[in-house]
Formats: sequence, C-alpha cells, structure tokens
Amino acid sequence: MTILVIAEHTNSALAPATLNTVAAAQAIGGDIHVLVAGQGVGAAAEAAAKIAGVAKVLVADNAAFAHQLPENVAPLVVELGKAYSHILAAATSNGKNILPRVAAQLDVDQISEIVSVESPDTFKRPIYAGNAIATVQSSAAVKVITVRATGFDAVAAEGGSAAIENISAGGDAGKSAFVGEELAKSDRPELTAAKIVVSGGRGMQNGDNFKHLYTLADKLGAAVGASRAAVDAGFVPNDMQVGQTGKIVAPQLYIAVGISGAIQHLAGMKDSKVIVAINKDEEAPIFQVADYGLVADLFEAVPELEKLV
Amino acid sequence: MKVLVAVKRVVDYNVKVRVKPDNSGVDLANVKMSMNPFCEIAVEEAVRLKEKGVASEIVVVSIGPTQAQEQLRTALALGADRAILVESAEELNSLAVAKLLKAVVDKEQPQLVILGKQAIDSDNNQTGQMLAALTGYAQGTFASKVEVSGDKVNVTREIDGGLQTVALNLPAIVTTDLRLNEPRYASLPNIMKAKKKPLETLTPDALGVSTASTVKTIKVEAPAARGAGIKVKSVAELVEKLKTEAKVI
Repeated sequence: MTILVIAEHTNSALAPATLNTVAAAQAIGGDIHVLVAGQGVGAAAEAAAKIAGVAKVLVADNAAFAHQLPENVAPLVVELGKAYSHILAAATSNGKNILPRVAAQLDVDQISEIVSVESPDTFKRPIYAGNAIATVQSSAAVKVITVRATGFDAVAAEGGSAAIENISAGGDAGKSAFVGEELAKSDRPELTAAKIVVSGGRGMQNGDNFKHLYTLADKLGAAVGASRAAVDAGFVPNDMQVGQTGKIVAPQLYIAVGISGAIQHLAGMKDSKVIVAINKDEEAPIFQVADYGLVADLFEAVPELEKLV
Repeated sequence: MKVLVAVKRVVDYNVKVRVKPDNSGVDLANVKMSMNPFCEIAVEEAVRLKEKGVASEIVVVSIGPTQAQEQLRTALALGADRAILVESAEELNSLAVAKLLKAVVDKEQPQLVILGKQAIDSDNNQTGQMLAALTGYAQGTFASKVEVSGDKVNVTREIDGGLQTVALNLPAIVTTDLRLNEPRYASLPNIMKAKKKPLETLTPDALGVSTASTVKTIKVEAPAARGAGIKVKSVAELVEKLKTEAKVI
C-alpha cells in the first residue's frame, strides 16, 4: 500500500494540518508520499521532506496551481492518484474543495473528516453535527479521504529525509480564474492549532467589546474564536467562527464567553480537553459540557480573569 | 438563464438526534424534518437572481423519499418555478446523488446550479464538487457572494484565512455558505400558489443511473458523553482550578 497525502500549504510554507494528515496516513500504514502542488513551493516541499515518516515528496510547481483552483489541481491528483491505495487531504477549505472532485473523477465515494482509523478500509467520522459517530467501510480501489486534523496528533515536523521528485504535469483547465483574496491578519496563533482558544458570542454585544477577549488571549497566548451569532452580527470576521459550519477546534483549554452553546457551536469545540464557560444565564446549555462554569457578567469577569492569569 | 437548485430533506437543525439502540443509524421516526438550511440559502439566492432579471427560470430538484415533496413545495412557495423529485427510498451517498443530479443537468441544461455546501445530517460537503467533476463545470464552493456578469460568474468564497474571489465560466456549480444571504419566509398566498406549480417525479432507473456505492456504514454510535463539570463561585476560584486542578494555564 502506498498513500498519497495532499499537502496543505500557502505556497511559501507548509500548514500544520499536513502533519496531522500524515499521522492519519501512518495509522493506515504503508509508504507515504506527499504531493506539494502550487507555485514557488520550494520551501514547502523541503519542509514536507523533513516530516517524520514521509518516503517521497512529489512537487508540482506550476502557475496553474498557485491558488489551488480545483479545476486545475484535481486532474493532477486524479492522474497521480490512480497508482495509490489511499488519497488523503486535511479537511481544510482546500481539502474539502478539491478532494470530492477527485473522488468523482475516479468514480469512488469520498469519506469526509475521519477522526480515527480502525483498519486500512474502515474509518470513524462524526455525523449530525457530531451527535453521532459513524463507522464506515470502503471497498473502493482508491480510498479518497479527508482528515479532521484535531482527530490525530501531529507527527514530528523534523527527522525525515524524503527524496524530492519534481513532476511536470498539469496546466490551466481554462474554466476558472483567481480574481483576488482578502486574508484576515493576526499575530495570534492559528485558531485550529492553538493550545488555548478564547471565544465570544452574542453576549459580547458588539465588535468593540471583543478587545477584552483579545487582551485576555494575548496574555494566555491564545487564539480568539467566535460563535455564529457573533459573526452574523458583524462583531468579527467569519474565519473566526467555531462550529459545524466553521472551524473545528480541540485545544487544551476552550473558554466560551457569552456563548449559549447551540448544537452547531458544540460540534466545533466539544472535543476540547477542558471547557470553561462564562455566562450570566445559568440555564445556558454550554454549562452542560463545561468542566468549569462561572455564572457572572462577562464584562466584570473577563477583565478580572485577565488580571489574575 | 435557467438556474437549477438542489435541496435536501433533513432532520430539523434544532432537533437533538438520538442513535438507535441497535446502532444501525439515527432514530428519525416522528422527528421534525425540514429543508437543509444551506439549501434554503441556495433557493433564496436563485430567487434573488430572478428578481434581478438574471435568472429566467428556477428549477428545484430533490433526491429522496416521497415526503421530500414537502421541501420541494416549500422551495416553490419561496419562488421556484417548477420542481423535480428523483424518488429514492434508501439513503444515497453523495456520489450517487451527484450522478443523479448530473442526469437532471443533462436533461435541463441549466447555466447555473446552486447547492448548499453541506447537508447537516451527513455533514459530507461533497455533492456540489462531485457534480462539478461529473459535468466538467467549474465550481465556486462555500460562496458568500455570487455575481453573474455575461458568460462568467464571480464567486467570493469563504476560505480558512478569509475570503477568496474566483471567476468561473458558465455553466458553473456554486455551493452556498451561511453568509450568502438571509432566506425569506414563504407567505400564505405563495404557499397556496405553490400547490399548483408543476412537480415532476422521476426514478434513478428512469434516468439510467446506478446508485451503487463503494462505502457502507457499519454502525452508528453515540459520541462519548461529556458530563457537566462544576460551577465555580468567583474568577479567583476559576483561575486557581485551571492552574492546580486542570493544569492548563
């Protein structure tokens, strides 16, 4: 068995989710090859070659892959993928965008967001916003799978010495074009990889009040998340949303401030090791999953918390 | 131009689902069913395109049991012109659904197909991308803005780091994110009118599509329960517990 892992990267650097995806590949067992498709990906490819357990790195450096357009990347993965037993990608917005297109072109079902590997053909994945765990078995010749990063511990980023092989393939399919992007800038750790996450909900009342959470987060070295209510109300940008339709996080400590705890929010954070809830409504559902609950006005509790930590 | 919208009947998003004792699946008997929230957004977007004069006809399609007619009627009440139900009693995987949708696309020849980004039951997030692969069309997934201009559609997508805009050649496939729009409610007169709108019923056999699957569900379990913890009385006590008991700060 040989497994192809599609690297998650920003062209210049490898994204941490790649390490969790390689961990899932190791759990399946077999030789692991990593595909780095993009433009100017030299540094990302070298980083991929150093990942512990990776046997080979395939580099497809082509202007057509610069923005990971699925119309251009999927045919490359399909062409390469036929020789592999498994094709894995992280369940990031890129992985979710590209892999189903690959699976359909290979005429196989895809398995989304696995959280554990039972055997090389059997996997567990959450359904119904994480309220049920399905065990699924694939009989496909090539198993196409996205991996929920929080389900697997990252492998070591150093220690490997994989061979790097350049492949010249692919081009512009001429169906789509990149127009532009607006990326949120932040010095805080990335939300999905942070050890501590502080999240705010509707209880924050406005975007300005999020500054209390930023101050607290900076002191804890934490990332800041939000509930859908806070995003929809325009308090913070949508890339901060934690939940079924936002990001899935599983930090050591999750502090939910002014968040009621709807099913859709819990789907994104209930695998956190320790959950703290600060809410003035003692009936809020968030207290049913919180390890430590504090019934208090967040505008008094958060500044006090910031002083004490 | 003609717009095709795919909708799915799913358990209502507010329902706390329970796993069946025999681990064969989730208990959906006597549970409230609704249109998948992302599909509502897809219908709304199509209706807005029609109101802007961009879309001339909206065809709504669902693949599912007979009762999915209810969701199609809802879509008709919201402004779709006619509906197609591809009737299938069994739960189908995304690839089978995409193949059936491809057959409907071949038949209807829409310029734009709008789907939700994921169904809140299977949480797959696959069908739109698979349909794009099968038709060979471009895909604009997780859309928070859709602008049709000439023979192209500009789609602003929600990505992990923020937003990305891509230009797609038509015909194209778009899947909706939550922030694309705020779906309207159907008014009573529109619900009455929707009863008279055409609804065609097809079967996978009639479309010549095999719904065989390479993935099967072996069992469905409840997730490990997470018990309630304790309530602390003050911020000082919270910090103390986090430092000494949980040891996370």
